[in-house]
Amino acid sequence: MKTLSVSNLIGIKYLQKNDISLIFELATHFKEVINRPIKKVPSLRDVTIANLFFENSTRTKLSFEIAEKRLSADIINFSSSNSSLKKGESLLDTVQNILAMKVDMIVVRHPNPGVAFFLSKKIKAIIINAGDGTHEHPTQGLLDCYSLLQKFGTLKEKRIAIVGDIAHSRVALSNIYALKKLGAEICLCSPVSLMPKNIQKLGVLQSTDLLETLKWSDAVNMLRVQRERMHQSSFPCLRDYALQYGLTKSLIEKIDKPMVILHPGPINRGIEITSEVADSNQAMILDQVENGVAIRMAVIYLLASKLKISTNESPTA
Amino acid sequence: MERILLDQQKIQIILHRLCCQLIERYGGLERIVLIGLQPRGTFLLDRIIKLLKSKHHIDQVHNGKLDVTFFRDDFRRTEKPIKANQNLMSVVIENRHVILIDDVFFTGRSVRAALTAIESYGRPSTIELMVLVHRRFSRHLPIKPDYIGVQMDALVGDKVKVSWLENDGKDEVYLQKRT
Repeated sequence: MKTLSVSNLIGIKYLQKNDISLIFELATHFKEVINRPIKKVPSLRDVTIANLFFENSTRTKLSFEIAEKRLSADIINFSSSNSSLKKGESLLDTVQNILAMKVDMIVVRHPNPGVAFFLSKKIKAIIINAGDGTHEHPTQGLLDCYSLLQKFGTLKEKRIAIVGDIAHSRVALSNIYALKKLGAEICLCSPVSLMPKNIQKLGVLQSTDLLETLKWSDAVNMLRVQRERMHQSSFPCLRDYALQYGLTKSLIEKIDKPMVILHPGPINRGIEITSEVADSNQAMILDQVENGVAIRMAVIYLLASKLKISTNESPTA
Repeated sequence: MERILLDQQKIQIILHRLCCQLIERYGGLERIVLIGLQPRGTFLLDRIIKLLKSKHHIDQVHNGKLDVTFFRDDFRRTEKPIKANQNLMSVVIENRHVILIDDVFFTGRSVRAALTAIESYGRPSTIELMVLVHRRFSRHLPIKPDYIGVQMDALVGDKVKVSWLENDGKDEVYLQKRT
């Protein structure tokens, strides 16, 4: 059956491999759609989606919004900075009030891990997690894998390195789950202070040596240092971090083999990656952004297909 | 229960006639674009192109393959699985005569979806419809084909299927009775 095994997208952890394949298959069709002269299809013209962003976002918010518009959905946007949350309203009350306006689907980003899961248990609407704290960012994990698949054809036994601030990254966890389900080998590389405890239980390799990690890998996903989530400094200074864990042209020349470079954005140029590398042909950063729209269209379309329209006649006044 | 309605020979004769009708109407076919509807209409499209080339020496016919999955009006209303197909529409349709091609015309809903989908690629001068089988008295919409291979009547629950040599092993049109 060509449908997802889940009714909400809380995390890649809850998806099966077939779900991921189905999303990728549909994303390929949507990628063709967004490259047409008229980049819109009418599939979701009777679906209303609320984008609830309780945390700052540029790329993800715009990407979801454009994906929803390309599918002809009605959209309402909410950001916590100018809302009644400031007046003391609880998260659940805010969401329930928005749902009372007959919203079918909610895309939620929140600084606290588990918010998407919590909402999925409390409310009757389809939930898509657009990032919950340091937990998961499933659509980013999917689009990273989709971008890699386009490059490699298959991810089976491909060696993928995830480098940087693993401890504060939701992208890392979603990438690990997705890459493992697709058969890739993963090595995490970061300073010890930015490596989560017990992460090896997920079946990944760990390293603190960037050059050795790069020599081992076919592709590398460079993560941003998330200073806004650090309650205490995890390394002496940014310059020190950049020297040890920044991806530079000279480092790439040393490994002497083709390397695919991903970055989920936003980029801190000169810290985790230099401008030279970020703008090189090896970097897939802008491909990731384009693929992000297609992946989000596929996820929204597949979840919306579970919203069946009632054919019963409604009582008339 | 299955009953054969058209065999290979009859299908071949019909395909020849459809080609001749196109040439009678449009001459050298420079201004027309043939668009096969995915998935089954594309087999008829390929056959028409092949015949135009081999029997009428028309080597160049503008053509494309259109998938209408995301334009269908039964999304969220059916339990049928979603299965999109490849869209191959690198052809220019602006100010050209578009001929949509499908194997069986039944309710007209796929063609309605195709009429919306084709707008994404430009504004053709005209749009016409060619089908191999026209199931009469089954339309849901005010749409009907312009080029018809064969007309037939079948009960609503019955299925009219077209099998193609290159995909299904033989050329045949058959009726599957409702069980």
